[in-house]
Amino acid sequence: MIEAAEPENSREWSDPEVHEGRLGPIFEDFAFFFSRVLVLFCPQSAVDLRSFACEAGAAGNSCIKDLSLGCVLFVVPVLTKLEVESKVREKNFRCCGAMTYFPDEVVEHIFDFLSSHRDRNNVSTVCKAWYLVEQLSRLRVFVGNCYAVRPERVMARFPGMKCLTVKGKPHFADFNLVPHDWGGDALPWIETAARCCPGLEELRLKRMVVSDESLELLARAFPNFKSLVLISCEGFSTDGLAEIATHCRGLRELDLQENEVEDHGRQWLSCFPDSCTSLVSLNFACLKGEVNTSALERLVARCQNLRCLKLNRAISIESLIKILARAPNLVELGTGSFTADHRTEAYQNLLNAFYKCNSIRNLSGFWDAAPRYLQAIYSICSSLTVLNLSYAPAIQVNDLIKMIRHCFKLQKLWVLDSIGDKGLAAVACACKELQELRVFPSDVYGTGIAAVTEEGLVAISSGCPKLNSLLYFCHQMTNAALITVAKNCPHFTRFRLCILDPVKPDPISNEPLDEGFGAIVKSCKDLKRLSLSGLLTDKVFLYIGMYASRLEMLSIAFAGESDKGMVYVLNGCKNLKKLEIRDSPFGDAALLENVGKYETMRSLWMSSCDVTQGGCKALAAKMPRLNVEVINEREESDEMVENPSDMHRVEKMYVYRTLTGPRDDAPDFVWTF
Amino acid sequence: MSTTETAHSSTESDASGLDYEETQLTLAPPGASRSDPERKRGLSDDDLPSDSSQGASIKPPQSKAQVVGWPPVRSFRRNALKSFTYVKVAVDGAPYLRKVDLEAYAGYQQLLTALEEMFSCFTARNYPNERRLVDPVSGAEYVPTYEDKDGDWMLVGDVPWKMFVASCKRLRLMKISEAINLAPRAPQGCTKEQ
Repeated sequence: MIEAAEPENSREWSDPEVHEGRLGPIFEDFAFFFSRVLVLFCPQSAVDLRSFACEAGAAGNSCIKDLSLGCVLFVVPVLTKLEVESKVREKNFRCCGAMTYFPDEVVEHIFDFLSSHRDRNNVSTVCKAWYLVEQLSRLRVFVGNCYAVRPERVMARFPGMKCLTVKGKPHFADFNLVPHDWGGDALPWIETAARCCPGLEELRLKRMVVSDESLELLARAFPNFKSLVLISCEGFSTDGLAEIATHCRGLRELDLQENEVEDHGRQWLSCFPDSCTSLVSLNFACLKGEVNTSALERLVARCQNLRCLKLNRAISIESLIKILARAPNLVELGTGSFTADHRTEAYQNLLNAFYKCNSIRNLSGFWDAAPRYLQAIYSICSSLTVLNLSYAPAIQVNDLIKMIRHCFKLQKLWVLDSIGDKGLAAVACACKELQELRVFPSDVYGTGIAAVTEEGLVAISSGCPKLNSLLYFCHQMTNAALITVAKNCPHFTRFRLCILDPVKPDPISNEPLDEGFGAIVKSCKDLKRLSLSGLLTDKVFLYIGMYASRLEMLSIAFAGESDKGMVYVLNGCKNLKKLEIRDSPFGDAALLENVGKYETMRSLWMSSCDVTQGGCKALAAKMPRLNVEVINEREESDEMVENPSDMHRVEKMYVYRTLTGPRDDAPDFVWTF
Repeated sequence: MSTTETAHSSTESDASGLDYEETQLTLAPPGASRSDPERKRGLSDDDLPSDSSQGASIKPPQSKAQVVGWPPVRSFRRNALKSFTYVKVAVDGAPYLRKVDLEAYAGYQQLLTALEEMFSCFTARNYPNERRLVDPVSGAEYVPTYEDKDGDWMLVGDVPWKMFVASCKRLRLMKISEAINLAPRAPQGCTKEQ
């Protein structure tokens, strides 16, 4: 989002005619964009525009190609055919001039149809007029790195902001590689929004530290606040939730996904006032503590628009039955523990309850599910599009298969690897609409029996041709299997493979997995995200650099042989936004080979590689608009900590582009060069 | 987020540069790395020929020590799945229950020792094919039983340890007089410590 260069420097914004180099891309954006509008109304004018493009002499060929695609994106009813045609016929205006004939409201209306923040970033760089229109009309703001820009600057640029998304810690923080108090505090964002954008309605935070104090401020400062989504956050307790429940009138959504929440035992759920009837979505599945179930039942009963409800493990089947009775229109359900406190007629009641809920499309939970209760949901399996059983280690594979056989509309499936290759074969037979599959390790400590192998993946790839997103933890993988998968499923946008034993080669040929991953990147032209594992040499990076032109995020662990590997990637993947590397032999030479690249990316993480202090300093010196952060956790000799030499290897490095300079909340173990 | 998994010591970790950090309970902040600063690679370099080329196969690490952050599973998920191995322990006649983490023990013997310590009035006594706990004061004998996933009450000790850990939902130290109605044991009562 704010990754687009801020056009504050007037040099960048003078008349586009003067800067020939800039003319082409601007016009390309403009004409491509504009052509979609025209094509909708008057195909004849598309021909005029083509000749117009040739006369303007800018990037003609690519425009024509875009025009011929002619895909219609949006409707602009205020324009009449005549108006548009007459404008295009005037041949002597500048490329950008055309759009200035439209009043700002028209341009703004056109921009309304751009939902992607990237599209909005792009149109805002076309010319100053468009920048101003776009800035005032942007409602949904996305900040991919909370330290890339200050909250004040964001809110000054987008005063009409209604929805803010902010991401904090680097991705590898999920795996305990980032120290606890590294940063990512949400409070500055909430405080600034309270001052500058009190009309804020939605806040989405990921991997940030959110204190109870922040939640309290959030609850009280925004009278129209409607939606809070917290993903992988920490730092708050049920006290903060109680504040939200108490003070957010008109709250529609409270979505807590995989957060570490301290249970202070307070009856936060009971804090929703009787007047609260607006809830549409409530997800507290990640909470460990108990809630007041009768308060929950009353809340559910009075929120007639509730469509998504995800219960935590403390909720038993008896409570679930009562809740379902009051919310038969649920579309998404997290079932809670799915086990009964007492073995009464729970089964029959459960069956009846689900029978009435024929809107359910998304199921999750099942924390302690016993087989005898699973059968109660077979009736709704056939309408499910999303099924998450990844927190249900109690479900045995045979019961899983029986259930899956009913799920022929399933698009997204998350399971544990206890499903086995046999279970995956059953999925391949039954779920022809499957688009996303995630197979998580059930035995996280890696000591268990081989659960899924390459066979399961190959079966899925041949049975589920629509598969485009994969996360697969397995014990082994072969090149042949990956090549087959690449052939069967050329539509992958996300491909993340994790072989549990690092640096494990192809067990049949004993070769590295370079060819297998190479086949994936060559075949899947839309691949945006890739995670590698297994034994890999520099060759796989050569393939990635050559073929993965749409790749945006790459995760590397225990791979490669030399600096060349990393250089192939940095020089090749032109859309790369995030690169994270651990335990790989890449050093200063690779780091410093293409320093300009990092300004086109959101961030680079390297840990347990061969980068030295001197390398980091050199990078920081060359690129002042990057923050080069080094995390020093060592507690060895003081001398080492206070004054390490430039030869000293850096354990953890995080580099990101920023408009703010070094951050002022860095703890003392984080050094910014 | 530190785990309680006991790491087996790695005999080769220092010499070869194989650097799997042992996970253990520690007072250090979570995520604190204890890696060797001289380490060049995540794994043993000495196992490779010096001009390592493609196709060189690296021995899988022999030690069971854990690499920090590997496999890459979110801490939340790790902890959630881990909590499945905490089970309630009830003793007939005791005023409150306790909880134990079955993953923390390597076998039945350790579990019973831990139970013995927890309910410190008991001493363990090994019968030829069974394990029982005895209250020295009253002389009453307790038999360790557990509820499995299907809801049946089973005698502890019949199945291999790992299978027991996977299927045990809660433990109950049952007075011997009540234990008569439990599911019959498998013919050969020997159990494998794993």
